[in-house]
Amino acid sequence: MFELTLQRREVVEQLLQERGDMLVVSGLGASSWDVAAAGNNPLDFPLWGAMGGAAMVGLGLALAQPDRKVLVLTGDGEQLMGLGALATIAVQKPPNLRVVVLDNERYGETGQQLTHTASGVDLAQVALACGFPYARTVSTGEEVGLLRDEIYSRNELFMAVVKIALTTDPLTLPPRDGAYLKHRFREALLGPKAAFE
Amino acid sequence: MINQIQANSPVHWSNLILEIFKEYNISLVSYVPDAGHLNLIELCQADTLIKTVALTTEEEGVALAAGAYLGGKRAALLMQSSGVGNCINMFSMIKTCMFPFLTIVTMRGEWGEFNPWQLPMGQSTRIVLEASGLIVLSISEVTKVRDTIEAAVKLAFNAYSPVAVLLSQDLLGTKSFGRK
Repeated sequence: MFELTLQRREVVEQLLQERGDMLVVSGLGASSWDVAAAGNNPLDFPLWGAMGGAAMVGLGLALAQPDRKVLVLTGDGEQLMGLGALATIAVQKPPNLRVVVLDNERYGETGQQLTHTASGVDLAQVALACGFPYARTVSTGEEVGLLRDEIYSRNELFMAVVKIALTTDPLTLPPRDGAYLKHRFREALLGPKAAFE
Repeated sequence: MINQIQANSPVHWSNLILEIFKEYNISLVSYVPDAGHLNLIELCQADTLIKTVALTTEEEGVALAAGAYLGGKRAALLMQSSGVGNCINMFSMIKTCMFPFLTIVTMRGEWGEFNPWQLPMGQSTRIVLEASGLIVLSISEVTKVRDTIEAAVKLAFNAYSPVAVLLSQDLLGTKSFGRK
């Protein structure tokens, strides 16, 4: 069992610091609020729904943009709803995709009910069993620093489960107009020509 | 001319769909297998310009298509009508974000079906798709394949719309489990 002491806002801010041109997809709930708090970058695509879909949006993006790093930041509840996606992603193995699960073992948005990870379901082991080349669980500040290095330097598909404390953070919301988020992202990635395609 | 293909032509309709995919730069094709899609899946797998992604469940393909479009690529999702029900919540992203989206759905449970378990989803496929905000076209004659798929692709990627094309069992043939 891990001690859940890491603060999610600090972790996400650290992972996204000097992110360069990395593309970020975040899953429904607090992960999207964390990403917004870290800077509300045009190259973020924060989901406000479509639970279980974040990792697959990341796969589509990683396959479409093989020269750009794609980071999926999501929660344990969100990823548990898309376990099959881990198998689908592992079959594809895009080296530019990394999936980071912020795991507080709770459904934070709905009353902090326990998720399956609280009972020992290990998402990093699931990813490895699916065929991810690399996956691990992170629970200390030192490991977060190493994870940051891996996100930017590792050239293979991987998953990291970051065990985080159950916290109440300021509600820092990203824009919620999905069409705007889509256009903003495409223009930032593809340039003004995206609007003429 | 291939676009004037007749019902008894040796060219399988799947070749016409592949041709449209390539003409309109659809470069990512995801699928949950169905016997009706067998040829098209194999054609896409064999094509060097198309990347195929096998899915565990159909809604993965909806999210995949959204991600591909964010990255500047066009995708299509191949599934059976029973998979439409799996997609409903994920369709919310397509509608809310106004993503172009194309799915080609092989029908079960509508035309001389043998398996009664296929009927609930087969009979509600169109309603579910329309309720989810998709435009629904359907094909029951092989002579209509090329034009209908092309029209659907244009609606999806020129008019930025979510579109489903239903391939009827009278086009595909009905699975009979060896019974009359």
